[in-house]
Amino acid sequence: MAEGMTWTVADGDQLTQAEIYGEVLSQLGDKYPEIIALTADLAGSTKIGRFGKKFPDRFINVGIAENTMFGMAAGLAMAGFTPVVSTFAVFTALRSAEQVRTDICYQNLNVKIISSHAGLSFGQAGSTHHCTEDIAVMRSFANMIVIVPADGIETGNAVAAAMEWPGPVYIRIGRGFEPTVHTTQDYGFEIGKAVTMRDGSDVTLIGCGVGVKHCMQAADVLQQQGLSARVIDMHTIKPIDKEAILKAVMDTRRIITVEDHNIYGGMGSAVADVIVEAGKACAFKKLGVPDAYSIVGYPEDLYHYYKFDADGIVETVSELMKMEIEEDEDWEDET
Amino acid sequence: MPLSKDEIKMLNSKAQEIRKKIVDITFTAGGGHVGGSLSQTDVLVALYYKYLKIDPSKPDWEDRDRFILSKGHGGLGWAAILGDKGYFDTSLLKNFNKTGSPFGMHLDSLKVPGCDASTGSLGHGLAIATGLAKGAKLKGKKWKTCVMVGDGELCEGSNWEAAIIAARNKLNNLIGFVDRNKNMIDGPTEEISQLEPLADKFVAFGWNVMSIDGHDMAKIGEAIEKALKSRTKPTMIICDTIKGKCVDFMEDDPTWHYGGLDSDKRDQAFECIDKYYSKIK
Ligand SMILES: Cc1ncc(C[n+]2csc(CCOP(=O)(O)OP(=O)(O)O)c2C)c(N)n1
Repeated sequence: MAEGMTWTVADGDQLTQAEIYGEVLSQLGDKYPEIIALTADLAGSTKIGRFGKKFPDRFINVGIAENTMFGMAAGLAMAGFTPVVSTFAVFTALRSAEQVRTDICYQNLNVKIISSHAGLSFGQAGSTHHCTEDIAVMRSFANMIVIVPADGIETGNAVAAAMEWPGPVYIRIGRGFEPTVHTTQDYGFEIGKAVTMRDGSDVTLIGCGVGVKHCMQAADVLQQQGLSARVIDMHTIKPIDKEAILKAVMDTRRIITVEDHNIYGGMGSAVADVIVEAGKACAFKKLGVPDAYSIVGYPEDLYHYYKFDADGIVETVSELMKMEIEEDEDWEDET
Repeated sequence: MPLSKDEIKMLNSKAQEIRKKIVDITFTAGGGHVGGSLSQTDVLVALYYKYLKIDPSKPDWEDRDRFILSKGHGGLGWAAILGDKGYFDTSLLKNFNKTGSPFGMHLDSLKVPGCDASTGSLGHGLAIATGLAKGAKLKGKKWKTCVMVGDGELCEGSNWEAAIIAARNKLNNLIGFVDRNKNMIDGPTEEISQLEPLADKFVAFGWNVMSIDGHDMAKIGEAIEKALKSRTKPTMIICDTIKGKCVDFMEDDPTWHYGGLDSDKRDQAFECIDKYYSKIK
């Protein structure tokens, strides 16, 4: 274990985000005796059950009753515990939105929520289980921190960081195996601080979650076409890293955001807010799920269908490259 | 009138056929909610092949009886029945769960004829059914509304909110079924939660309640016929069932809530089903 690291997982690149989450939470259970884990009949699916196996007395499975689970989490936090809660993203963000906002966020209670099966990662389940709204909902709750880790290793880092954060945190992960983008865990993960995965000067691809991998793959293809793409892993959607965004606007003047979420209200919208408020011109495109309920299918097929996989990104870059973007001589004066 | 011997024989042989289709779709889809699909089958067969007034050639017929599968993950088993009834071409089921298919794990009312509500998020169906039953009353219509909930699903408080208001509205045209297979995903319902005394709970909420063997066609028929005679109360029929019914290696094992089958396991499952029915015929 590297110095300062609070968790360690062998073969982290072979495990799903949920598997790493379950393992890391179990390890953190020793360091944080105030953790109480809660789930609603999804101990196995979300992997929070691993904590339950190690600490049965600190684990509560409420049955299929999400609203009660989030309400109980608020009560447990008020009693001095640190509840860690896991269910599918769609149930956290939509069914139990009010419990999360009013019972937890309003009082700024110390509850950590790790939601799996987000976006289209449960693509075969159909519309009732797809969740392309949660980033929008969660980032609109004052006090809530919103993190969308790119892979399993980043999930471990996010969970460890969340335990040190003194308030509510929402961490969004997928369902199955997502290929890793981070090769080691000690790349300096910090809540609110984006990670530059590779530098570039023609365009910046900003991804979160599985989108980061798609950006990396696209950057490889673009390089062969003679284009230099910067890739940013925007793991924290709130608070968002304004500095990284504005630097990318200044350096590359072309920005594409990539996320497994409705293009309204998600990470792309958060990035757009920063750019617009800064008054800086750039070519800009949000990739993600269009404002529609997704068709059924395997996640990779759906990412392709909705054009936010590597192919879709490359296609969008070639459109943006056709646009004339004026160099702004007075950039420094304007900021 | 109780079901005749011939009717019972016909319904059982349908149930046998449907169970084999469930196994087959689980195999071709690469996995599915097979345990709960097998436990719900006998009630759904009794409804679709005897008691529901429906016309598969006119899925939007206003006066049809309504059926809501609140435990939407049973969509696999339900689709097998809807296809067999002729709501759609059964060859479509080969693409169950595949990219671009109208069939996800949970059936979609916008894509699947015969499916009136997109369920799968548990705890929605009883309220929807309560609205449909109230709607029939307000319109002076004769349709009956049937709804099946999972027992694990009953942990959701929304069910009990609906139970209160259905009784308050004297919805005797509403018939609920609990697929009481005593398991959810993480384990047995009574280990994780505490549903019992379940019948007493519904009685206390003002419902007409029956507890029956949910795999016995004669008993299912008897209960539905009693429910149809209810004068002022909605009816809840608590069906004692076995998750994974008829497939010995799945029975009562929550790990078969969702699972996949290779061709050997599929054939083994077919054999189990045939063996079971050879005994009850
Ligand atoms: C609101 C909600 N929470 C969680 C789930 C995930 N889930 C799907 S099926 C299931 C267990 C259902 O158990 P039960 O109702 O007993 O159904 P059965 O045993 O008949 O399959 C769960 C927790 C869900 N679909 N909806």
